[in-house]
Amino acid sequence: MGGKRKGIEVSLAIAEAVGQANADVIAAYPITPQTHIVEHLSELVANGELDAEFVPVESEHSAMSVCCGSAAVGARTFTSTSSQGLALMSEIFFIASSMRLPMVMALANRSLSGPLSIWNDHTDTMMVRDAGWIHVFVENGQDAYDHIFWAFRVGEDPDVLLPVAVNFDGFILTHMIEPIEYEKDETIKRYLPEFRLKNALHPDKPVSMGCFGMPEIYTEAQMSREDGVTGSYPTIIKAWEEWGELTGRQYHPIETYRADDAEYCIVTMGSYGETAMEVVDTLREEGEKVGVVKIRLWRPFPFDEFRGAVLGKKALIVIDRAISFGGPGGPVASELRSALYKKEGSPVIVNYVAGLAGRDVSRNDFRNIILEGKAKAESGDTEGFILYGLRG
Amino acid sequence: MDRFSVFAPRLVEKAENFTSGHRACQGCAEALAVRLVMKALGRDTIVAMATGCMEIVSSPLPTTAWMVPWIHVAFENASAVVSGCEAGMKALMRKGKVPEKKITFVAMGGDGATADIGMGQISGVMERGHDMIYICYDNEAYMNTGIQRSSSTPYGASTTTSPAGKYSIGQHTQKKNLPQIAVAHNIPYVATACPSFPFDLMQKVKKASSIQGPAYIHILSVCPTGWRIPIDESIRYGRLAVDTGVFPLYEVVDGSYKMTYKPYRLRPVNDYLKGQGRFRHLTDKETGVIQDRVTKEYEGLLKRCEGR
Repeated sequence: MGGKRKGIEVSLAIAEAVGQANADVIAAYPITPQTHIVEHLSELVANGELDAEFVPVESEHSAMSVCCGSAAVGARTFTSTSSQGLALMSEIFFIASSMRLPMVMALANRSLSGPLSIWNDHTDTMMVRDAGWIHVFVENGQDAYDHIFWAFRVGEDPDVLLPVAVNFDGFILTHMIEPIEYEKDETIKRYLPEFRLKNALHPDKPVSMGCFGMPEIYTEAQMSREDGVTGSYPTIIKAWEEWGELTGRQYHPIETYRADDAEYCIVTMGSYGETAMEVVDTLREEGEKVGVVKIRLWRPFPFDEFRGAVLGKKALIVIDRAISFGGPGGPVASELRSALYKKEGSPVIVNYVAGLAGRDVSRNDFRNIILEGKAKAESGDTEGFILYGLRG
Repeated sequence: MDRFSVFAPRLVEKAENFTSGHRACQGCAEALAVRLVMKALGRDTIVAMATGCMEIVSSPLPTTAWMVPWIHVAFENASAVVSGCEAGMKALMRKGKVPEKKITFVAMGGDGATADIGMGQISGVMERGHDMIYICYDNEAYMNTGIQRSSSTPYGASTTTSPAGKYSIGQHTQKKNLPQIAVAHNIPYVATACPSFPFDLMQKVKKASSIQGPAYIHILSVCPTGWRIPIDESIRYGRLAVDTGVFPLYEVVDGSYKMTYKPYRLRPVNDYLKGQGRFRHLTDKETGVIQDRVTKEYEGLLKRCEGR
């Protein structure tokens, strides 16, 4: 259990995890803030530290297309992108999951244009929320490193066969140097079996992939996708449990902090969880009964775990990192509202949209959000959403 | 290989790798082209196909006309998809995960997928040097969606988005020269072909698959539906396109041009244009303009073939 601890930039650790996972094909296009990952991967390939084909494509659309081709022949496939890159590949992003082609994407979350911005929020990933991928949000560098192995293991499982996106906050994580505990190659080997795609493209056993669907079959095809994503849940849990046994680091679809006896909980995704925990500690000292609920698994959404964690609370203060223009609020809050609709003991939801395009959300801001959110919940002011920190 | 055509009738593979039962229109020369291409390629092939006529007619779930491994992902990306197959298989074989075997990787698309929406990706795979063949089946418009113009539609052709009218000659731009764009990538093999010349076509496909690196084959595929000709005239119009010099058959091996079929004397372009509904609005003056251009381009090509 446990390997060497190393101070390293999170992007480089992710690349090295892909190397340890012995990926066969990496296809990617440069885009900030993801670039360090693919730069380092091309370095690993150039130095012979990773035996893989590095395909330096001419666009993200091609990156996702190459990934489809490579996964279809049964090769372990990795890509990484952000923001506009994800938008450009989004056409193929949906098809990859419909064709049940396993691949892992390190998705360095960044705001979508316009106006052009390279900084962090979740507008990019929310755009592909309904694409039929498995989505996980990681909180720190260790988390990111660990989830590369987990993602290959889950996506390539014959019971799952789905692409997996590991979401991590651009700059806040990608460019951060953190102490990361590396697992030994033997541990990875034990955890991550070789990828064997039963119906891979090969002349010895010809199959047709990506045939077109008439109305008679399209509905059923969508149901099978729904079953595929929902049905991946037990494999996801098992993969976390085994990782926990091997490394001592346990992960759960919904994670809570000081939430058991809390009356109010702040709900976060990704790296915001860490700041929220610190702020909750301070507020607890002041006598506030607050806690944190962190959504790690976004798709398939863990309804039971989420309800188990929050039913009975007075209010949830949900931080969204994206807006649905003209809609009911942030995408996360609106999903949580619907997950709790008419459930006994369901808390009210106050929705904040904060930290768009890397606008700093400090500890003090978290504190304001929690206290103001609590006051709003108490006064029944829970409609719509608040765009936190809006100037003018 | 050079005298392939002499033996070809006896050497042609009997097995059909693109089988009957697909839903192509009657008289579709593109389906014939695919059939010939697949005979030449044989079974040890992986095909990625762009969205379009051939994809739609050959793969309605739960049926397939393909006896080889076949993948369709989207419209513009057959080239990138097959480059991924090639990269993946290369890694898997090198790492001992899949037994070594010579596999030909082929991407196929229509002229819309090739000249328009997929142009960037095709340029990408050629530049990166993947060991693969890209085959364009050029029927000179978006036939699958109902005969809209593409950048491969010839000057003067009336389509549903370049209709001939009081103020329009039909397509008013010149056909994009895709083989020349492929040549500009300095790839080892570029060829044009037409199913009206089946042995020439198969020979070129075999040559492309034997060559290491990217190859590009541009196949003129007569479309009776879109060209508005009788369904039993496809082969004849393919011949006329070649015999008039509108679509010369040539290949470029490592930059050297060779005419693979040279008509004794070019027939007038009007022989090719006059029976086609898409050109029937053209006046003599306008067909004269087309004739001048065809003659000029054909002579330019001859010069290149003679190394001048």
